[in-house]
Amino acid sequence: MPGADPHINVTKMNDVNVIEFADRKILDELSISEIGDQLKSVAQSAPSVRMLLNFQNVEHLSSAALGMLITLDKLVKEASGKLVLCNINPQIYEVFKITRLNKLFAIHDSTEAALGSF
Amino acid sequence: MASSDPNKAAAFHEIDIPSTLDAAKKPEREILRHIELCGYSEEASFAIKLALEEAMTNAVKHGNGNDANKRIKVRYAVDPARAVIIVRDEGGGFCHQSVPDPTRPDRLTLPTGRGIMLMRAYMDEVKFEADGTEVCLVKLNR
Repeated sequence: MPGADPHINVTKMNDVNVIEFADRKILDELSISEIGDQLKSVAQSAPSVRMLLNFQNVEHLSSAALGMLITLDKLVKEASGKLVLCNINPQIYEVFKITRLNKLFAIHDSTEAALGSF
Repeated sequence: MASSDPNKAAAFHEIDIPSTLDAAKKPEREILRHIELCGYSEEASFAIKLALEEAMTNAVKHGNGNDANKRIKVRYAVDPARAVIIVRDEGGGFCHQSVPDPTRPDRLTLPTGRGIMLMRAYMDEVKFEADGTEVCLVKLNR
């Protein structure tokens, strides 16, 4: 997105887009919108895209962030790609559990485990 | 469960803000500063931050319909034992009991609808008053 600060860092490992969040808190609407746009760019960068979201820097997120992830997941699945999450701290994981989104997303304890799932 | 009678809490502070997500950060910062000064546990702090964010976003987006000409009134009282936060918008209200369960299989992949559920999960008390234009959140520090 032109003019937006990068909220994500993307590296390629074995044809998987490994994405780290630059923000500790994924809370405010504008940031979530920009993050969503940046992730969407990655999702649309190739057919059957493989994406790994590394949450190791994330300390807080809101329900709007969860909505952004759901939208991203749909986009990736519709393109026959795969999205996995990893390194979610226990407090954030609890948010996924309470909302039952731990059943929707493939969540792994480590980057290695997440990469191994592809 | 401890009483949430606001009259028994610490003195109330009041902040009146325009109904924008940017303005909503002011009461959030103030409340979280008090939380930190009162030595709340990390777990309680996380819970308050999350629930407060949801309540403010709901007030801006749903209560006041993203109308920046409307106002949000936030009253809060924080002491080392308990935080009481009351958020009031100028909208038409809603029936909180009619909000569908976002964990239902047919709603799980919808991008919205989880705010109230998270407030209820993380706060010790959540009460809607004034036809839903006001929400009172109570969190005990433990």
